[in-house]
Amino acid sequence: MLTYTIRRILIMIPTLLVISFVTFAIIKLPPGDFLSNQIAELKSQGDSAALEKVEFLRKQYGLDKPFVEQYAAWVGMWRSERGFSGLLQGDWGWSFEYDLPVSAVVGDRMLLSFVLNFTVILFTWAVAFPIGVYAATHQYSWGDHGLTLLGYVGLATPNFLFALVLMYFANVQFGLAIGGIMDAEFLDQPWSLAKVGSVLTHLWIPVIVIGTSGTAAMIRRLRANLLDELQKQYVVTARAKGMPQFSLLIKYPLRMALNPFIADIGNLLPSVISGSAIVAVVLSLQTSGPMLLEALRSQDQYLAGSFLMFLALLTVIGMFISDLLLAVLDPRIRLGGGATK
Amino acid sequence: MSATREPALAHYVAAEPFEPYAAEQLTPEQERFYRASQWRIMWWRFRRHRIAVVSAAILVLLYATTLVSEFLAPYNLHTRDSRHIYAPPQEVRLFDQGRLVGPFVYGYSMHLNMQTLTREYTPDPAKVQPLRFFCLGDEYRFWGLVEGRFHLLCPAEGGTLYLLGTDRLGRDLLSRIVYGTRISLTIGLLGIAVSFLIGITLGGISGYYGGWVDTLIQRLIEMVRSFPELPLWMALSAALPVNWSPLLIYFGITIILGLLDWPGLARAVRSKFLALREEDFATAAVLMGATPGRVIGRHLLPSFASHLIASVTLSVPGMILGETALSFLGLGLRPPVTSWGVLLNEAQNINVVALYPWLLLPVVPVFVVVLAFNFFGDGLRDAADPYK
Repeated sequence: MLTYTIRRILIMIPTLLVISFVTFAIIKLPPGDFLSNQIAELKSQGDSAALEKVEFLRKQYGLDKPFVEQYAAWVGMWRSERGFSGLLQGDWGWSFEYDLPVSAVVGDRMLLSFVLNFTVILFTWAVAFPIGVYAATHQYSWGDHGLTLLGYVGLATPNFLFALVLMYFANVQFGLAIGGIMDAEFLDQPWSLAKVGSVLTHLWIPVIVIGTSGTAAMIRRLRANLLDELQKQYVVTARAKGMPQFSLLIKYPLRMALNPFIADIGNLLPSVISGSAIVAVVLSLQTSGPMLLEALRSQDQYLAGSFLMFLALLTVIGMFISDLLLAVLDPRIRLGGGATK
Repeated sequence: MSATREPALAHYVAAEPFEPYAAEQLTPEQERFYRASQWRIMWWRFRRHRIAVVSAAILVLLYATTLVSEFLAPYNLHTRDSRHIYAPPQEVRLFDQGRLVGPFVYGYSMHLNMQTLTREYTPDPAKVQPLRFFCLGDEYRFWGLVEGRFHLLCPAEGGTLYLLGTDRLGRDLLSRIVYGTRISLTIGLLGIAVSFLIGITLGGISGYYGGWVDTLIQRLIEMVRSFPELPLWMALSAALPVNWSPLLIYFGITIILGLLDWPGLARAVRSKFLALREEDFATAAVLMGATPGRVIGRHLLPSFASHLIASVTLSVPGMILGETALSFLGLGLRPPVTSWGVLLNEAQNINVVALYPWLLLPVVPVFVVVLAFNFFGDGLRDAADPYK
């Protein structure tokens, strides 16, 4: 188990490196950068004091340097004007738009993103699991057909639109103001019980909205897996011996069908994070999505890069955890080398 | 063989002629089944999946409309009607005060509500405006080439025909949805073509050669898969140059959508290759001196082409939804190129849902197409392995 864990961690390192490189390359793809745009603007206004500061920032963050050097400095593998100070050293860089260090700008946003995505995964599981089991054990019943249809509907509705409509109805029917992830007065407050409570009351809409699409796929896979298992000989044998239906289901086929279910977190995470990014824009949640969008538009490169890296990190770590869980469940993976799928 | 023992039974010979193969005789249906080609059996199996057949019909119909969008839409894509801004949908009626008129709509009577500062439209029973069929209406350039004015359906002379209402510039939503179909449906296909190309090439190389090439490509696939799609799509489309023409942006977006979609396909191709290259017919081909290209193209590819088609069908809806999401955020296609996502871009805030709910209607075709592709793909996947 230990060797497997270590091997799995070793794979993560090059993955993250490549992702960081691709991320940075994409962010740098549009011509120009935030500061050079600003310099052009300031020059036309003739504001020399501000111009000097921007020039200083530009030098400090090496935006005049070649691409590879900038990248290496960002990661923290290259000596820049500020010494070795990059992602590896825990320095996320400078947000030019807010004129603050990125870590000060993002503040709670990453934490809230994490909480949101984590809750969505839990929700997806909690909903998909019983429904999937029910659909498999009652194959071709009305319940099965109805739930399958519901799953398809969840799959086919664009998340953002569902969010809009749900927001509207929650507002009209229950009088809930549900934009944002907490009440506005808590935004810049330190964490307190009241703030947590406010987050919890706001969390359910985005969780349901983001959860629906992933749930549908998960139900279908669990149903298919369980159906395969239910037809096997050992189930028939156990039934013939008079084992009670329910404990039979729990004890054998469900365990077997659980494996792909765990492995699915890996597939689920990217889609959940994608979904949360767009739903957050629509519902104006104070998570990473809206700020990422804004940063991408204004070419605020370190801010955008930090968000993209954070989302990628979340995914990679999530996949790592799902692989570990899978290894705990399935000795073939733990003992049989690196093949995870 | 002793003569002393009496036979227990009298010697018996059946009257019918002896036919040793009688038990193995095939019924005509069985014979038809065994002689049918693989594709024919797949068709039979596919036909049994009712919903998939209906979905296929819907998709064919929708794709067919994209060929003649200009003719089907009652208005031109860009026709603005400044007197009817945010007009609600008009209802088609048959009877006016108990008198049969044939299909017609009531015209609007509009007044400004000075309290809410909104335009309020009510149907005016005095204005009976019969629809015209196969008529001359708004001018258009058919596929941007041939000028024409012929429409399937036009408003009455001097009247209006906004079956799904109008938007903030007084443009007919129905016409815009019809035109949007062309863009939204093709973007999925082009995206798939890109992803197909990359997926088959990399998956094929990985599966056929194995070894370190395989390991390398597998790592690459894992990396691409571990990245959340939408943020990356957002980053890539934000990187498209601002000065590109809308058409170039369109192609840019299709390529971006395709660039992130291939890993699933590559994986499927690889696993099929790994399984099939051990088969006897592949070994036989290699022993007879076939080149790798021939073995792959002539022997391996055809044997799992059906699987490929099925998995491709299942990834089209993801692309359509992706484009819709990007355009909704304002990062995707830009007007005047009109897709369903671009139309939904107008329905971005909660006021729209409350005041002009018909602007949400473009989601209906998105919904229908995504569902249809899913069912169609399911049917294809079930049919792909007809010998099971």
